[in-house]
Amino acid sequence: MKLKTGDGGWSPYLAGALVGVLAIVSVYATTQWMGKTNYLGASTTFVRAAGLLERSIFPERVAANEYFTKEKVRVDWQFMLVIGIFIGALISSKSDRSFKLESVPPTWQDRFGPSIGKRAAGAFLGGIVAMMGARMADGCPSGHGLSGMMQLSVSAFIALAMFFVIGVIVAGLFYRRRYS
Amino acid sequence: MSIDQILGLITGVLFGFLLQKGRVLRFEKQVGAMLLKDMTIFKFMLSAILVGMVGIQILASADIISLSHKAMNLGAVLVGGALFGCGWAVMGFCPGTSIGAMGEGRWHAVFAIAGMVVGAAVYAELYPFFKSTVLVWKDFGKIGVTDVLNISPWFIIPVFCAGIIWLFFWFERKGL
Repeated sequence: MKLKTGDGGWSPYLAGALVGVLAIVSVYATTQWMGKTNYLGASTTFVRAAGLLERSIFPERVAANEYFTKEKVRVDWQFMLVIGIFIGALISSKSDRSFKLESVPPTWQDRFGPSIGKRAAGAFLGGIVAMMGARMADGCPSGHGLSGMMQLSVSAFIALAMFFVIGVIVAGLFYRRRYS
Repeated sequence: MSIDQILGLITGVLFGFLLQKGRVLRFEKQVGAMLLKDMTIFKFMLSAILVGMVGIQILASADIISLSHKAMNLGAVLVGGALFGCGWAVMGFCPGTSIGAMGEGRWHAVFAIAGMVVGAAVYAELYPFFKSTVLVWKDFGKIGVTDVLNISPWFIIPVFCAGIIWLFFWFERKGL
């Protein structure tokens, strides 16, 4: 098994196993210092970000919203974790020179051509649908896929199976034809 | 910054670093998995689960940490999971990786992030409707596989780990 990939990355088995170690250290550290076990996750932060943005325009609306009240609009542990992901990816990609400005990924371009507008529309609309799904299911591939599976939660097995099976079907249909 | 925020930031930087090193942030890797051409993200996720699961179950058995299952709310997980799958295929990122993809220069992720913030706001608006429909169909509560099968996690974990390792050999044999 190779520990490095051709472009200077690490084997996904190695990098993944280290995320497993990080998850263990993180649940221990959060329990010790925050008094509550926190698991890796990302999608609740999008609710808090939406709440923070919306609050700057319509403060009463956010205060009266049941879901924002339930999820608590604030910059918490997970919010900083999500910001950290950006910084960590930037450091890693700059240090091994895999940082690359990309506006339209190759697979997308093969199917829909080089239009940035089309890619932007796809990413935006896909983002709306995906986040509504993640909030309904109460987790994304981090919260369900990693943290839920590590805990052997029933919901994680079902959610991950749905994410992937539906993803495979939709991707198969969506990227099937080639751009000409 | 509070201790919570500092801890989150440090964890996030390490998480983002490893996600980038594993090359799993990219649209190509995510969509590649959904097109069944490139299993990098599964090698990464399942390796993390394999290691993390053993450690977390040991800590939980010793009462050092507490497990926090997400509710097995059938309608929510099935409908929400399906919606997520649809959006994920088109967007080509998941919530965590979209932020990391921005960090490694794949700036079209900004549209995905904007869409997800809007999606979260729409969900918050529609929450009363979902709460009286999809979310109340059938809720099995916060259950683990061990509760359902009524056996110790230490019977499940070796079987689960063996399955994952078998899958790894299969991926490598198929060159996925």
